[in-house]
Amino acid sequence: MTTVSTSKGRPGAALTKVSTGRRIKDRFVQVLVYLAFALALIPLMSVLWTVVVNGAKRFDLTFFQFSMNAVGGRDAGGGAYHAIIGTLQQVLITSLISVPIAVLTAIYLVEYAGDGRLGKVISFTVDVMTGIPSIVAGLFVLALWLLTFGFDFSGFAGALALTILMIPTVVRASEEMLKLVPNELREASFALGVPRWRTILFVVLPTALTGMITGIMLAVARVMGETAPLLLTIFYTKVINTNPVDGAQGSLPTFIWDQAKDPNQNSIDRAWTGALVLILIIMLLNLAARFVAGRRRPAGR
Amino acid sequence: MSSESGVEAKSGAEVAAGARHRATGTRMSTGRAGDRIFAGAARGSGIVVLGIVAAIGAFLVWKAIPALQDNEASFLTSEEWNPNAAPPRFGIAQLAFGTVMSSLLAMLIATPVAIGIALFISFYSPRRLASGLGYVVDLLAAVPSIVYGLWGLAFLSKHMEGISKFLNSTLGWIPLLGGDSPGKNSIFTASVVLAIMILPIISSISREVFLQVPQDHVEASLALGATRWEMIRMSVLPYGRSGMIGASMLGLGRAMGETIAVAMVLTFVPGINWHVLENGGSTFAANIANSFDEASVTGRGALIASGLVLFVITLVVNMAARAVVARRKEFV
Repeated sequence: MTTVSTSKGRPGAALTKVSTGRRIKDRFVQVLVYLAFALALIPLMSVLWTVVVNGAKRFDLTFFQFSMNAVGGRDAGGGAYHAIIGTLQQVLITSLISVPIAVLTAIYLVEYAGDGRLGKVISFTVDVMTGIPSIVAGLFVLALWLLTFGFDFSGFAGALALTILMIPTVVRASEEMLKLVPNELREASFALGVPRWRTILFVVLPTALTGMITGIMLAVARVMGETAPLLLTIFYTKVINTNPVDGAQGSLPTFIWDQAKDPNQNSIDRAWTGALVLILIIMLLNLAARFVAGRRRPAGR
Repeated sequence: MSSESGVEAKSGAEVAAGARHRATGTRMSTGRAGDRIFAGAARGSGIVVLGIVAAIGAFLVWKAIPALQDNEASFLTSEEWNPNAAPPRFGIAQLAFGTVMSSLLAMLIATPVAIGIALFISFYSPRRLASGLGYVVDLLAAVPSIVYGLWGLAFLSKHMEGISKFLNSTLGWIPLLGGDSPGKNSIFTASVVLAIMILPIISSISREVFLQVPQDHVEASLALGATRWEMIRMSVLPYGRSGMIGASMLGLGRAMGETIAVAMVLTFVPGINWHVLENGGSTFAANIANSFDEASVTGRGALIASGLVLFVITLVVNMAARAVVARRKEFV
């Protein structure tokens, strides 16, 4: 890096030498930086290791086939069937509500808003939404859906809370991808007399699609692990409830929360297995998102 | 109109500015039915997003007011939390203290490490590995908070007991680390968990900032014979300062709103305790998750009121962070 070629014996030879003090300082910082990275790996490895080791104990068929109906904390057996069903339904409903709103908002921001005031206000609002703590989203749905409209706890209410958390992530991801679509594609389409909405739907969106799908999958993975808002909106149940609009429902995060609070070892084992299943699903979604992203970058053909 | 929109957007100034195609002025459609509907839907969605955030503020205030009116204690200064009693008495002093203290500690722990990680990935690691290493750090963000809570409760807190005792015996003269009985379910343990959780956000934003450092500056300092550290100190850190400050503040905002991990790690003990190594303390979010089950109507109102305070605090912190980051450029 600091090698400057000078012939030996001349005063310029000093250029090749970095003084000891500076070299030590450089080395010292290098060690610190390497340590910082190693330090970050420790908790990651530790979390994954403890979850896999402790979760493997109850990672059996029973776990996926049975609910916790009439299974006490001390009893062995029992499973998370109700929780897995609940989580999948809630996340599906969340995606169905939030993806159209978020994608259309991103389209508005990129394609229509320009420098207008509404666009700026909406963009600011999305920033605000990104920072909303998940528990506040839960409290809002509690205040609106349960306390004001008088509905009962339900998977749908939980999905509403998750929607608030998912929208900003998807808006930002979609916005990034739409901005990458080259202007020439839009111009070519307009030049052929294609109306604006068809241009956006059939030229712009398909170009940005893979990137947007990646963003959506990452958002789903993030939302799936949320616990706090669910405690306030879907509550908790040990029995199978396949109807997301009627009554309390199970979900993997609340399952872990409930089982971890029980001091019995059998419950704690179930909590760990729940955590393992949750992490597996999330990691799979993450990997799939990377795979989709890697297949084709949005670019003009 | 329909022909004009295409021509107008191609005017030299707009293309030069890199602007995307837009219809002239404020008009969003060419007047065709499909265009009107689609533009309306896009605009409507944006307005829905606007409405949601406005509704969050409005409904939290509305539902908090009755409970606040019944409150017999001072909402801002009382350390009690008995909203279910008759008459209800509750205040947020302890919750505010726990939230701010645990998040600040988490930020102090996480920021140096996160910046170290960002420097490692940007300047020290082999270039081919950089994106993979970034992905590894991002995995930390993919782990759900409930799993961190479980891990913190079952694994980390056991190890934190020894560390806390060590800190207490060697650095006990610092008021914050003093106290007679350092424990494992303390605010300090909670801040360590929070620090791990906010590492990825701070480091990924710092990395983006470092990517923006002009290559000329880097090459110029290297050409002058600077060592790698001198190059970082002279050209990278000054350029990225506001970005790094903003990143750590965004981490702070994230830590303040974190619920489940804190709720699982902390054991609730009433009253403000400045000794962060001792068991006890609570935060806004953890208190909501823990006391929701038993909350009466007033109790729920009180929790909503405390959630409103949390909402406002995180809003202020996040906005300030974004303003700081935006001083340099748009990163977030």
